[in-house]
Amino acid sequence: MLNTLIRRLIQMIFVMFGISVIVFLIFFATPGSDPSARIAGRNASPEVLAAVRKDFGFDRPLYVQYGLMMKKLLITFDLTSFQNRGQKVIPQLVEATPVTLSLVIGGAVLWVIGGIAVGLAAAATRNSVIDRGLMILGLIGISMPVFWLGEVLNLITQSRFHDTWMFSWVPALGYKPLLESPWEWFKTMLIPWISLAILYIGLYGRVLRASLIEAGEEDYIRTARSKGLTETRVMLRHALRTSLITFVTLFGLDFGDLVGGGALLTEVVFGLQGVGKLTYDALRSLDLPVILASVIYASFFVVGANFVVDMAYAILDPRVRGR
Amino acid sequence: MAASETLIRTTEPVGAQRRPAAGPWATAFRKLVRDRAAMAALFVFILIVIGCSFASYYASSIAHTLPFSSNLDGTITIDGQDQPIIEESTEGLGLGTTPIGPTWNWRTYFLGADEQGRDVMARMLYGGLNSLWIASASTVLCLLLAGVIGVTAGFFGGIVDGVLSRIMDVIWAFPIFLLAISLSIVLINSSINIGPIVIRGGSLWLPIFIIGIVYVPYVARPIRGQVLSLKNSEFVLAAVGLGVPSHRILWKDILPNVATTLIVFVPLMMALNMVTESALSFLSIGVQPPDASWGTIIQDGQNLLYSRPMVALAPGIAIAVTVLTLNVFGDGVRDALDPRSKLRIGGD
Repeated sequence: MLNTLIRRLIQMIFVMFGISVIVFLIFFATPGSDPSARIAGRNASPEVLAAVRKDFGFDRPLYVQYGLMMKKLLITFDLTSFQNRGQKVIPQLVEATPVTLSLVIGGAVLWVIGGIAVGLAAAATRNSVIDRGLMILGLIGISMPVFWLGEVLNLITQSRFHDTWMFSWVPALGYKPLLESPWEWFKTMLIPWISLAILYIGLYGRVLRASLIEAGEEDYIRTARSKGLTETRVMLRHALRTSLITFVTLFGLDFGDLVGGGALLTEVVFGLQGVGKLTYDALRSLDLPVILASVIYASFFVVGANFVVDMAYAILDPRVRGR
Repeated sequence: MAASETLIRTTEPVGAQRRPAAGPWATAFRKLVRDRAAMAALFVFILIVIGCSFASYYASSIAHTLPFSSNLDGTITIDGQDQPIIEESTEGLGLGTTPIGPTWNWRTYFLGADEQGRDVMARMLYGGLNSLWIASASTVLCLLLAGVIGVTAGFFGGIVDGVLSRIMDVIWAFPIFLLAISLSIVLINSSINIGPIVIRGGSLWLPIFIIGIVYVPYVARPIRGQVLSLKNSEFVLAAVGLGVPSHRILWKDILPNVATTLIVFVPLMMALNMVTESALSFLSIGVQPPDASWGTIIQDGQNLLYSRPMVALAPGIAIAVTVLTLNVFGDGVRDALDPRSKLRIGGD
């Protein structure tokens, strides 16, 4: 177990290093234009350019530049945005994180409940009209672009049906902090959660159905049935339990991915000032330091999350430990 | 010997032609053709492709419109009355303008106009062409790269595998949108020169290149795993034992099996790439104006969402329907070629 842990830890650090090198190469070493101009943004004065060049060491060898970049990001935390009048980037990121977490955690609760419900219902009524209908709905959910779905929900709840009893409770777009008023927070987040969750409900419902049906052909399920257990009990206590291993792995990966940038589109559509929206705004104003910081932090988060998932998996499934 | 020959002869029905057993490809094809859902999906998909390929005919001969240049002062005639394409707003302070809504008339502004007075229907067709082209080309690029990398890593093993697999690990762990954003922000406004290949800023090749690369590990990893297990399968071990040279094993035993997997991936990756392209274009780092794709039209419609929702709704419906047909067809292809397969793709 300890061996696996150490090996995975080394692998994680290697992947983080690899990502930081790729980011460095993309931002600072792609030919085409002067990297200090990229950092300083549009219409920067020659003095600013010179300062950036010196600050990031663009007149020194590549490995020094890489070291300086990492130092600014991970040790001194003093990366500044030149577009935004010298504002420090990393506190901005820290401030935006709770918004992203609110969005993704709430969405995750919805999609886990929805995914399990859809998967169980479809597997229990296999090949019936209900099963077919659920699977088609799931496919439609997977096929819609999430930002478009968000816009459609906005159109319905903010404009077309806002004045009816159904959606008059929906507040204007934007984020309300959880600690200030939990009820307002819940009301503003509910529609974004639904919009985020629909894709994953479709996806997880399909995956769970397939793995439940597969489990249904295993010997231990036949044993459970022949003991005379009810179909419900076989489904919930025996089949679902093993199928959940796949489910948990997928969940960990998707959750990490969403916090690390995947929720960007949803944040943009619903005007939630999370990490993704911050990155998007920086993209529009070509504010490279913000993008640099959010890309590095978010991808490190994803790598860390994957590591946790792997470890959890090793604890859940003894066969993995030996390898 | 003689006895068994007569036995074989007698088991054949008299007068029947000896028919060779159907090969795996023919079997799979027949299974696919019998899959009604997959065939219906393919039919709708082909209709969409054909419809979009009439883009320039529609714009020039039916709607008589220029889909790439703005038309702020134009007027059209509806029921004998001239109407401006961009109307002055009558609400609030009277500032701002509203483009004309859907006329539901095939000949002019069927789906209305966007903020620049361009015919949304004509742009939808052109945008569809771009979306379809980017999705297909990036799929081909992705599968080619992934095939080469996966087969090389799995077949040669050792240090080659080590290096390739670590690179795949890194790209895999990179959140897709962030990688795409990083690449786009640096590349989108500057041209790239790689030897004789020159890609100008705003070229469609940029999104193709970006989308093609970000999903490579997605496909390369399962391919590598498949090659590894093929290498240890009995028929390959037997071939090795017989002294068959390794390039022949690669060509005759490994590649045909890998090809099936790659084919299973084609429609599903196309669906995924199409959604990714629309997302990148929506974030304005995909297709660049004045060029259009379904994603950029949704972006154009964002400001008009509450006043002229059709601008954003129509391209989204087009994406959803196209991706749905690709997913349904892809499920059919997977069931036909690889019924026990665990290959599964989710949109993102």
